[in-house]
Amino acid sequence: MSAHADTHAHDDHGHHHKETFITKYIFSIDHKMIAKQYLITGTIMGIIGVLMSMMFRIQIAWPGEPNVLFEALLGKWAPDGVMDADVYLALVTIHGTIMVFFVLTAGLSGTFSNLLIPLQIGARDMASGFLNMVSYWLFFLSSVIMVSSLFVEAGPAAAGWTIYPPLSALPMAQGGSGLGMTLWLISMAIFIASSLLGSLNYVVTVLNLRTKGMSMTRLPLTIWAFFVTAIIGIVSFPVLFAAALLLIMDRSFGTSFFLSDIFIQGEVLHYQGGSPVLFEHLFWFLGHPEVYIVILPAMGIVSEIMAANSRKPIFGYRAMITSILAIAFLSTIVWGHHMFVSGMNPFLGSVFTFTTLLIAIPSAVKAFNWITTIWKGNIQMNPAMLFSIGFVSTFITGGLTGIILGDSALDINVHDTYFVIAHFHLVMGISAIYGMFAGIYHWYPKMFGRMMNKKLGFIHFWITAVSAYGVFFPMHFIGMAGLPRRYYTNSAFPLFDDLANVNVVITVFALIGGLAQIIYLYNFFVSIFYGEKATQNPWRSTTLEWTTPVKHIHGNWPGEIPHVHRWAYDYSKPGHDVDFVMQNVPLKEGEEELQH
Amino acid sequence: MDLTQGTLQEKNNRAKKMMLWFGIISLIMTFAGFTSAVIVSSSRPDWSADMQLPNVFIYSVFAIVISSITFILAKRALKQDDRKKTSILLLITLVLGSVFITLQFVGFGQLIDAGYYLTGPTSDPKASFVFLIAFVHILHVLVGLICLVVVIYNHFKQKYTATNMLGMELAATFWHFVDILWVYLFLFLYFLS
Repeated sequence: MSAHADTHAHDDHGHHHKETFITKYIFSIDHKMIAKQYLITGTIMGIIGVLMSMMFRIQIAWPGEPNVLFEALLGKWAPDGVMDADVYLALVTIHGTIMVFFVLTAGLSGTFSNLLIPLQIGARDMASGFLNMVSYWLFFLSSVIMVSSLFVEAGPAAAGWTIYPPLSALPMAQGGSGLGMTLWLISMAIFIASSLLGSLNYVVTVLNLRTKGMSMTRLPLTIWAFFVTAIIGIVSFPVLFAAALLLIMDRSFGTSFFLSDIFIQGEVLHYQGGSPVLFEHLFWFLGHPEVYIVILPAMGIVSEIMAANSRKPIFGYRAMITSILAIAFLSTIVWGHHMFVSGMNPFLGSVFTFTTLLIAIPSAVKAFNWITTIWKGNIQMNPAMLFSIGFVSTFITGGLTGIILGDSALDINVHDTYFVIAHFHLVMGISAIYGMFAGIYHWYPKMFGRMMNKKLGFIHFWITAVSAYGVFFPMHFIGMAGLPRRYYTNSAFPLFDDLANVNVVITVFALIGGLAQIIYLYNFFVSIFYGEKATQNPWRSTTLEWTTPVKHIHGNWPGEIPHVHRWAYDYSKPGHDVDFVMQNVPLKEGEEELQH
Repeated sequence: MDLTQGTLQEKNNRAKKMMLWFGIISLIMTFAGFTSAVIVSSSRPDWSADMQLPNVFIYSVFAIVISSITFILAKRALKQDDRKKTSILLLITLVLGSVFITLQFVGFGQLIDAGYYLTGPTSDPKASFVFLIAFVHILHVLVGLICLVVVIYNHFKQKYTATNMLGMELAATFWHFVDILWVYLFLFLYFLS
């Protein structure tokens, strides 16, 4: 008992700190504020990334035609409003980098891991609030550097988001290979540091700071997903760091790790013997787990929202955890499937085909579990639920083409075509964005104490859903017809003339989808100030974050931290008056905890 | 082990230790990246299989292994409340760590004398890897040394007791890590033909 009193005395410590504007809003060590900081920064980066995609879509639909948007935004890179070919590559590169790392890694994991881990496991804050703050500010710094690279004289990095050498290793290779590439590398090095600090915090917080009764098998699936995501980050990002260091050595100090005999503009360079394929191996050892870093948090969020809005327990809780773990494990042994045409030994290729196709099993387990969760449920249609259903839809659509691309024999036919673009945008891009939107609509009342407008949310969902399929569905077909990715125009190939109209259709959908996000942004920012005031538990959910007061306090709970007596999915449990029982409600006499 | 139990203080201490362990995992992955790059590169046509590691690297292995042992002994002495012995052992560890770094640079000098360069047209890929990996390792030893200096400072300020020595334990764990890491790297580079 004395130990308990001790805890309590210690817990109260820190409630009475004097907070200034700077410690509360800028250099905050409170996880809820840091979550909001991540979200806002991620949103701004997302706007930049989406704007870029709209620009290069306009170029690909109407190649070589002058456009006022280009003239206004690209300046000297669009003389008379006609986009320069190099800029097209730069836009594609930075779009990929920003969306994958800055929006869907930091924006998604950073926001929701920070917001939900302490709230859902019953902790006052992260294990180290200070490291958490450092993590955010490193992310902010890396975002600023990445954005500043857009204003470099010779243009930002243009070697693709995968920055394969030699384009990334030789500063004289092209415009973006100079200072732009250097800034890219600096920005990403800082980003990796930020991501590692964040991940370390998430992992140890989940392991150590759970409240009494919150065993690992009572954790909400969101926490499981964030936890495993953080572990993947800890294991895979350092390898990218190693690759980047070797690349910097080649770029700036004249080693030949990735470079072999090469001529540039008639000049023979001294490099010899190195292999860019080595870089591909190292890069994709991060690069592939990275897509699961992006998608797993979205999966966790969706599992949570689907159970709450179907008023049913999640189907196959343990199977869900097992499949998260299986996906995480498999993600580290499949990187070769990005390199089927890089001159890999065909036998090795078939090994990677095998491991890659294995991922279909845990993925299918999850997809079926989501469907069976909402099956015959008392479905509450709200924007969060719609985006969750949308997630399952795009995840299945994109996942099916993954089976084709994972097979080395089939992949060769569509490698580096729009088929690949369609696949990964649906399965990780759109799906993860849907997961993020679902999470924002669902936890907005927790973040800002107000509700987002439901009607605007519905409009946002339907326009986004229709235009996302409008963009990416036709891409499968132009990809199968052989249209290569990353070309700034296809007008030079009569073979592709028939596909020009399809590209116009795709671009029109892309523009509609992009503009529809204005509805969301309006809804998001206006609701912060004018949204309907939230009640404590607006979705009648079972998890601990809804036991905290609507108005944020440092330390999350005014009194003692609630203890946990049951798992996170006691929806519609027989024998109870309401259709949900919160985790901190003790079992009734004679009531048994659901076997899960 | 039920990690939900314990006072907040205990939980926080445990969290810090674990954070270090997970950090070490990520550092291991960095070096796993480097060494697998070496394995892949060893099939290059210009790979100089006959290149020998400098002899002085063997002495640096001894230096860092002994420094780890002195650190362990220092911790043990502190547990027995023998403050003077702890101070001496910690200082020996510090000296051995500095000796290690010096020896590494002597080793770099020997490599250069033997005609193996890190960069440039006459550079050798295996030597480039040896230089780079050893240098990145030295950076980690430097971090370890900084931690060690902080630990010695705190020790002189009498901050650690036999029952409360979290800072020293964390520094020791990290120090053992850089020690074992160098032993591994040395053996790896030595036996790589």
